Amino acid sequence: MNPDTTILLWAMTLPVIGALGVVALGRWPNLRDGWTVAIGISTFTCVVQLIEPVMAGVRPSFSLPGTMPGTMPGLGLFFEVEPLGLLFGLVASGLWILTSLYGFGYMRGHGESNQTRFFTCFAVAIAAALGIAFAGDLVTLFLFYEILTFSTFPLVTHAGTEAAVRAGRIYLGILVSTSVLFLLLAILWTASISDTLRFTPGGILDGKIAGASAGLLLLLFIYGVGKAALMPFHRWLPAAMVAPTPVSALLHAVAVVKAGVFTVLKISIYVFGIDFLAADGLSDIMMMIAAVTILAASIRALSLDNLKARLAYSTISQLSYIVLGAALATSAAAMGAGLHILMHALGKITLFFVAGAVYVVAHKTEVSQLDGIGRRMPFTFGAFCIASFSIIGLPPMGGAWSKWYLVTGAFDAGQPWMVVVFMVSSLLSIGYLMPVVVRAFFRPVPEGEEDGMKEAPLLILLPICATALACIAIFFYADGVYRLLAPAMGLGG
Amino acid sequence: MIGLVDHFPILQVLIPLLGAPLCFLLRREAIVRPFAVAASFACLWISTNLLGQVLDGTVLVYEFGGWARPYGIEYRVDILNGFVLVVVSAMAAVVFSAGIGQARRAIPEGREYLFYAAALLCLTGLLGVTITGDVFNIFVFLEISSLSSYILIALGRSRRALMAAFSYLIMGTIGATFLLIGIGFMYQMTGTLNMVDMAERIQALGATRGVFVALAFVVVGISTKLAVFPLHHWLPNAYSFAPPLVSAFLASTATKVAYYLLIRFTFGLFGAALVFDEVGIDLLLMPLSIIAMFVGSIAAIYQTDFKRLLAYSSIAQIGYMTLGLSLATQAGVSAGLIHVFNHALMKGALFLVAACIAWRMGGTSLDVMKGLGRRMPVTMAALVVAGLALVGVPGTVGFVSKWALVSAALDQDALMLAFLILASSILALIYVWKVVEIVYFQEPETEIERKEPPLRLLVPTWILAGASIYFGIFSSFAVDVAKLAAEQVVMAGL
Repeated sequence: MNPDTTILLWAMTLPVIGALGVVALGRWPNLRDGWTVAIGISTFTCVVQLIEPVMAGVRPSFSLPGTMPGTMPGLGLFFEVEPLGLLFGLVASGLWILTSLYGFGYMRGHGESNQTRFFTCFAVAIAAALGIAFAGDLVTLFLFYEILTFSTFPLVTHAGTEAAVRAGRIYLGILVSTSVLFLLLAILWTASISDTLRFTPGGILDGKIAGASAGLLLLLFIYGVGKAALMPFHRWLPAAMVAPTPVSALLHAVAVVKAGVFTVLKISIYVFGIDFLAADGLSDIMMMIAAVTILAASIRALSLDNLKARLAYSTISQLSYIVLGAALATSAAAMGAGLHILMHALGKITLFFVAGAVYVVAHKTEVSQLDGIGRRMPFTFGAFCIASFSIIGLPPMGGAWSKWYLVTGAFDAGQPWMVVVFMVSSLLSIGYLMPVVVRAFFRPVPEGEEDGMKEAPLLILLPICATALACIAIFFYADGVYRLLAPAMGLGG
Repeated sequence: MIGLVDHFPILQVLIPLLGAPLCFLLRREAIVRPFAVAASFACLWISTNLLGQVLDGTVLVYEFGGWARPYGIEYRVDILNGFVLVVVSAMAAVVFSAGIGQARRAIPEGREYLFYAAALLCLTGLLGVTITGDVFNIFVFLEISSLSSYILIALGRSRRALMAAFSYLIMGTIGATFLLIGIGFMYQMTGTLNMVDMAERIQALGATRGVFVALAFVVVGISTKLAVFPLHHWLPNAYSFAPPLVSAFLASTATKVAYYLLIRFTFGLFGAALVFDEVGIDLLLMPLSIIAMFVGSIAAIYQTDFKRLLAYSSIAQIGYMTLGLSLATQAGVSAGLIHVFNHALMKGALFLVAACIAWRMGGTSLDVMKGLGRRMPVTMAALVVAGLALVGVPGTVGFVSKWALVSAALDQDALMLAFLILASSILALIYVWKVVEIVYFQEPETEIERKEPPLRLLVPTWILAGASIYFGIFSSFAVDVAKLAAEQVVMAGL
């Protein structure tokens, strides 16, 4: 077997082996957690090794003939690594290591029960995310998309309380309904008009469908991907915040939601094709939906006092940047969308890490309770500040690059109003993120609370600092990511 | 050895037929159980062998006493009934094996041999209906299977099992009578009972009133057995008051055989041109199927007993099968057949889970299932797996069925129909998840210790649950065979 394919196979099976190991080692927490980290590092190493061949233009792939759904000749599970998927795979597996460390600190510091189940489901979710990243056709992608939904359900309902069960119902209800009613229908529709479901550069639909039908199919696709949290199917994301913070951080700021927008990007680039999307204003509706979601979610975030809920609405808004990038259907916008997967992941995971740290250290969940806490937890809130700048899009943070390309793309597409949307949304994000920083550092500590410095435990603090520094570092190394993605976006090597 | 293989078609029916009275004579549990299991595995071996022989398109004909048609009775095996034979005998083998562990609690002491005798008779009937090439034979074997299943249902512990068996008896008899009247008409018009012969003559007769009447009686008769909406009323009671193993066996075999009959009579005997183009049965069957999909699922959501919930779910799932048939295309029939296989696996698994619960808790009401996720983790994991298959989550057999059925609908440009199929699977999610929430998130009223059912019950359950995943990923077996079968029956008739 081709060595690259072997690495690809390992990258996808390691998390599964990891999950089995976690179950087997459940009785010995230290061993179990050490195993998780070891598996995380090995998985990440495997994915990293795929960078070189992919940048050289190789597309490692393998297929399983005779597998589901079996009704179309030559249709079976198929995996192929292309630049965008590799980037998503890198983000998911790399941040998994940090989140695992953070998770140990959080779950132990918080005395959570059922940690074995927790870390098992976590590993399965990562396996599913990698399956999505490396899926080579729509059916394979759909398989892992659904596995991701169901494997994260026990994480969302981890607490087992009535509120958690109710949130789980919303979570599962929206994600499964949209995927079955719209996404699956769209995939089957595509299967009935196209002879392939494989992701193909340039798309597979051009010339096969046109006019209103094409618009309807596109709508089915983008609303089918409920994980992209486009309004009005966004409610599951705030509901999922009932989960322990490591889940919110990795899954509901990175893996699950990024799987959603990644799927939208994949479909735009490899199923419709950017040129087909741009023609006849096919993507105009998609653009409108994304723009409305960006603004409405930002405005909603302004008014929320609960920190995690505020971050959740910020995520909804930021996800639509990526959808809007795809909808603008220019190379620069698509590049911005691709970059934003990485940039937003680094920023948002830091913000969630901080929210969890505050909860573990001070048991505070609301923004209004955070007065003066920056002086108690200077490193934590320093990181919060850095990550906020990245989300807002200020240099020298990574977020500046993705926003640059998105705005350039909007100009290229001749959509000045979309430039305005990006700008207004940046202002709004200042409005909902900066007050947290201001309160933490410049407001006096309320009476009756201790003043001295009390930072989060090391296992929590280290990942926070690492991701915050990564936000800065990526600003200077964005060039590498650009070169990785360029072939996929039609920008040339 | 060559001689034996030649006689496989008759042995397929003869083994369980002779096994049943032997069970009755042997009586001793320790002998009866392994004997019945061995018989069912012999049937499975024979049926897989038969299917292997006909997969290349040949049709096996076994003439009784060397009398060729139209004078003698013949058994006929093609891909379609070979496939159904495998499904029926495989489910029998799995359920009978589970029976070894289960029967003790579900069936009154000392009556276990009755269970096995009746179950083997029922198997005889089902296999006979499927394999025979003679129309009157179908009626006879159908009665054998029906009468023995009345006994099986009446074995249920609760008194209401008797009532359920009785109403099944009434409905079953009405159905069988309709079928018999239809067959009578056909015989009167053609003067033959051999299916191949009869098909030729009926199609030569064309669209005459006699043929219409015969068709109407036959279709209504079979639909009663198949529990097509609105002829389904016997099913929920029968499935929920029968012993759980009996429900597992009947749910995954009896309705499947009835579905086979519907295909055989419509496409084979009467011919698609007459049934769909002249009479337009699809115009009736399609709306009824859609109503069944929704009504069955919605009713399932409101049930308070696990087995009853599964029974209503079966009505909806039968709707998928008949919907495939009503599309009257090769893809549609093939989708229906794929679902025959897949539904047998997942519904069998779920009824075996119900058997595990009944073994442990003495009942299957949703109340006693509270908190079982921690008390019977291995069993409940099987419930989740098979439940997800019922919803049609990718990676399970349910998805393969759904994909095939929706593709078949989209081939006809029926976008709305495709949407309805998918929408009804959301209802399945609701009733499955209702159970999952009860099992994992609610606490029992009185504390119960953690204890799994015996392996003899657990292993068959997991074989079916595992198969729901295995055949969901490596789907080519069911899909390819169903496709070939549909090709044969839709293209060539008999």
